Amino acid sequence: MKFSPTSKKSAFWLGYRDNIPFWLIVAPFGLLFGVVATEAGFSIFQTMIMTAFVVAGSSQFTALTLLQDDAPTFIILATSLAVNLRMAMYSAALVPHLGRAPLGIRALFAYFLVDQSYATSINIYTNNPKMTLSQKCRYFMGSFACLLPVWLISTLIGALLGTKIPPEYALDFAMPICFIALSAPMMRSLPHFIAALVSMIGTLVFISAPYSSGLIIAAFLAMIAGVQTENWQKRRLKND
Amino acid sequence: MTEPIKIWIIIFFLGIGTYLIRFSFLGLVGDRQLPKWFIQHLNFVGVAVMPGLIIPFLVWPDATGGTLDAPRLLAAIAAFCFGIWKRSALWSVIAGISVLYLTMFILN
Repeated sequence: MKFSPTSKKSAFWLGYRDNIPFWLIVAPFGLLFGVVATEAGFSIFQTMIMTAFVVAGSSQFTALTLLQDDAPTFIILATSLAVNLRMAMYSAALVPHLGRAPLGIRALFAYFLVDQSYATSINIYTNNPKMTLSQKCRYFMGSFACLLPVWLISTLIGALLGTKIPPEYALDFAMPICFIALSAPMMRSLPHFIAALVSMIGTLVFISAPYSSGLIIAAFLAMIAGVQTENWQKRRLKND
Repeated sequence: MTEPIKIWIIIFFLGIGTYLIRFSFLGLVGDRQLPKWFIQHLNFVGVAVMPGLIIPFLVWPDATGGTLDAPRLLAAIAAFCFGIWKRSALWSVIAGISVLYLTMFILN
């Protein structure tokens, strides 16, 4: 994507336009979250506050899953926040581009930092080294302006429909499919596969660990396994 | 049924915590470099957490009284394969839901 270095207004709309395809992903996930949350006993008000305040679908689903398992509050928070740790990576990756914006703007952008706006923004920043700070900021705003309303409205529709959907539709399985859909495209390499495998085996092995801590234990082991596999591959490449 | 106070506590702290994670480097760390080993581990957070999260639903689904269930298993495999093949969450969802309903329809 090429970019004219003079325009200001168009940077916003470019960011908006580049994120329109993600409506197809954000809307079904929002809908699903609304449905699953109300099924889990959330009121519509609670569902909407959560979705607008957290704005991180996968961690919201994680929290719901563990709530239904009756896990302790501390474990629910630790696990759901662990799912969001990848955003620390996004935050770090955006520093070279947006780090010089005023603190207030950065504080606002932190709220806007979701997978899609990160991915589209970093892509256009990297491909257009001449973009000014102001254009970069406008692009980022555009990406989020495109996605937030869709996320909120689809969640609301899901919450309103929620309890009206009969069990024959197997909505219990909507959440697992959602997580598979989010994690399968991440399996880019052998280390990622190994990590996923260790995560699954570990969870089953530690299923009766105290305070539902099995998933966290498994996740730590999985991260270590992934990194070790990666390091092993690098060593092997060096030796060849 | 979960008591409302627990739900509110989770909403509140999950919201604050998530915000702080997003704000972390952009807001506070600035241009300083992160340790390499730390970033390397962060790369695996997604694949380390999500598969473990879903596996109990696959092996012991509540809806079937906790026994392994062919439509759910096949749907999961389809969603997984399409997700990897197409590198797309959307295709993964479509494949998973189609296989789930199709097999449920055939088997019942």
